[in-house]
Amino acid sequence: MLSKQEKQQIEAKVHHYPNKRALSLEALKIVQEHRGWVTDEGIADVAEALQLRPAELEGVATFYNMIFRKPVGKHVILLCDSVSCWIMGYERLREHLTTRLGVGLGETSVDQQFTLLPNVCLGACDHAPVMMIDNAHYQDLDAGKIDEILAMYRQQDIERADGNTTDQ
Amino acid sequence: METPLTNNISPGKEPADLRQYENAGGYAAVRKALRLAPAEVMAIVEESNLRGRGGAGFPTAKKWSFVPMGDDAPRPKYLICNADEMEPGTFKDRLLLEGDPHQLIEGMIISAYTVQADVAYIFLRWAYKLAAERLESALAEAYRQGYLGKNILGSEYSLELHLHVSAGRYICGEETALLNALEGKRANPRAKPPYPQVSGLWGKPTVVNSVETLCNVPHIVNRGAAWFKNLSRSADGGTKLYGVSGRVKKPGLWELPMGTPIREILEEHAGGMQGGYRFRGLLPGGASTNFVVADQLDVAMDFDSMQVAGSRLGTGAMIILDDKTCPVGMLLNLEHFFAQESCGWCTPCWSGLSWIEQILQGLEEGSGQSSDLERLQSHARLLGPGHTFCALAPGAAEPLQSGLKHFGDDFHRHIREKRCPWR
Repeated sequence: MLSKQEKQQIEAKVHHYPNKRALSLEALKIVQEHRGWVTDEGIADVAEALQLRPAELEGVATFYNMIFRKPVGKHVILLCDSVSCWIMGYERLREHLTTRLGVGLGETSVDQQFTLLPNVCLGACDHAPVMMIDNAHYQDLDAGKIDEILAMYRQQDIERADGNTTDQ
Repeated sequence: METPLTNNISPGKEPADLRQYENAGGYAAVRKALRLAPAEVMAIVEESNLRGRGGAGFPTAKKWSFVPMGDDAPRPKYLICNADEMEPGTFKDRLLLEGDPHQLIEGMIISAYTVQADVAYIFLRWAYKLAAERLESALAEAYRQGYLGKNILGSEYSLELHLHVSAGRYICGEETALLNALEGKRANPRAKPPYPQVSGLWGKPTVVNSVETLCNVPHIVNRGAAWFKNLSRSADGGTKLYGVSGRVKKPGLWELPMGTPIREILEEHAGGMQGGYRFRGLLPGGASTNFVVADQLDVAMDFDSMQVAGSRLGTGAMIILDDKTCPVGMLLNLEHFFAQESCGWCTPCWSGLSWIEQILQGLEEGSGQSSDLERLQSHARLLGPGHTFCALAPGAAEPLQSGLKHFGDDFHRHIREKRCPWR
C-alpha cells in the first residue's frame, strides 16, 4: 500500500494533468524517493492508485533510466560517459571509481554505500569530466577530486549515523 | 553588441526574482502582447525570422501557424517547452533555465497567447535539479502576481503553466516521444502526420518549442522584428548561444550574433587549442551533426550556411576533436550513445545502431577488416532520413558518414596495425 505521505505527494500533482495515467512517472519517482527503488510491490501500489494494469506500468517504469527497478546503494553515482567527458578523460575516471569502490558499472559497493552508473551527457560539458551523486553535480573532475568527494560522503554518513545513535 | 538572452544572467548567482525581473523591463512584453490580437503577435514573430533553436531551425511563426484557431478549434490547446536538454556536448538551455527562469515563463505566456493555448508545460530533464527548484519558485511568483492563471492581468486570456520533471532517456527530446512521455507512456515517437499542432498531447492541438526559442519571444515583442534581425550577422534573426567543449583553452558558452564564424568562436572566445593539442575536426551542433574540418572554419554558424557546408547548426554546441584523441574511439563513443538511447521502436534504428557499435568496437580493438568500412558506409546510408520513425538514427548517421570521409586514414591504420594507435 502507498504510505500516507506517498499518497499526499502524488495527490498534490493531480491537478497538473487531465487523467491519472499521466501521473505514472511522477508517482514512480515519489515511491522511489521514499523506498530507495521501485520494488514489485511499488509497481503494484502505484498501478492500483492510478487504476492501471501492473504490467502496463511495468512497461513504463523499465523504459526510463531514472526509475530503478533494482536495489541501489545509499548514494547513486552517475558518471557522464558522453562524448565531451570521454574526450576529457572519462575512461581514467571510470577506472579510478571502479577500483576505489570495488565494483563495475551498474553495481553496488559491498558496504551498500554507492551504486555506480554510467549516464548520458549531464549538460556541463565546458567543465568536463562531470558526474552527479544523488542530486548534486560535480565537475572538472580528476582522481584526487573524486577521492575527496567520496570521503566527504562517507564522513557525512558516519556523522549522520553517530547523530542517530545519540538521539536514541 | 547586445545580448538580450543573457543580459539578466550572472552565472553562479541567484537569478532575478519577479521584482528584479520587472525592474529590468520584464513582463512588459506580456502586457504589450495582451493588448494585441494573437495574429498581430504572430506577425511580429514571423517578420523577425526567428527560427527554432532546438536544432532543426524551422521558422517559429510558421510552426505556430498550423494550430487551428477560432471558436471551432479543439480544446484545450497546449504549448510545451522542450527543456529536455540531453544532446551530448550541449549545455545552453541549462544556463537560461537556471539563470533567468522568468524570461522563459514570459516567453511561454506570449507564445501560448499567440496560439491561444489553455495549458502549458515545461518538460524538464530530471538532472537539472537547480533549474527545477528555480522554475518552481518563479512559477509561484508569476501566479501570485497574476501573470498566470485565470484572466491574466485582467484580460480575457487564461493560462495554466505546469512544470513536468521527466525520468530520463534522450529520446524524450524528440517532440512526439515527448508527448508520449508527458502522457505517462513509454517515450516512443509517433508517426507524422498528424503533426502535433493538429493532434498532439492527448490528441489536442499542441506546439512544442525549445527553451532558447521561447526565451527570444519577449525581446522580439518588446523591441520589434527589425531590431531582432539587426542583431544577426546573417539572414536568420537574433543572437545564438554557442558552446565549445573539448581541448580548448577556455571551454564555455557565449551569446553572439547569429552567423558568427566558427573560427571566431573557437579562437576569440574559446581561446584556441590547449598547448600540445592540434585541431582535427569538430561536431558543430551536438552529437548528431556532421564533422567540420580545418578548411571549413570560416563558415558562418547559422542554419543555412552550415547546411551549405554539409553539416548543421544543430544546438550550436561545438565538440572539438584533437590530435591526441582517436577519431575511431570518438565515433565508438557517439554510436554507443545512439545505440543505447534508441527507443527500440523501429528496426533499422535499434538493430542498425547496435551493428554499427559492434563493428566500431572491433576496429578499435584491432580485429577490424577493410570490409568493415563498406559495411559502416552502407549502415550510414540505411539509417539516413526517411527510413525510420524519427530523427535519432539519421542523427547518428551524420557523424559516422562524415567521420568515415574525413578520418579514413585513421580507420585504415587501425585495420593495418591491428590495434588503436592512440592506446
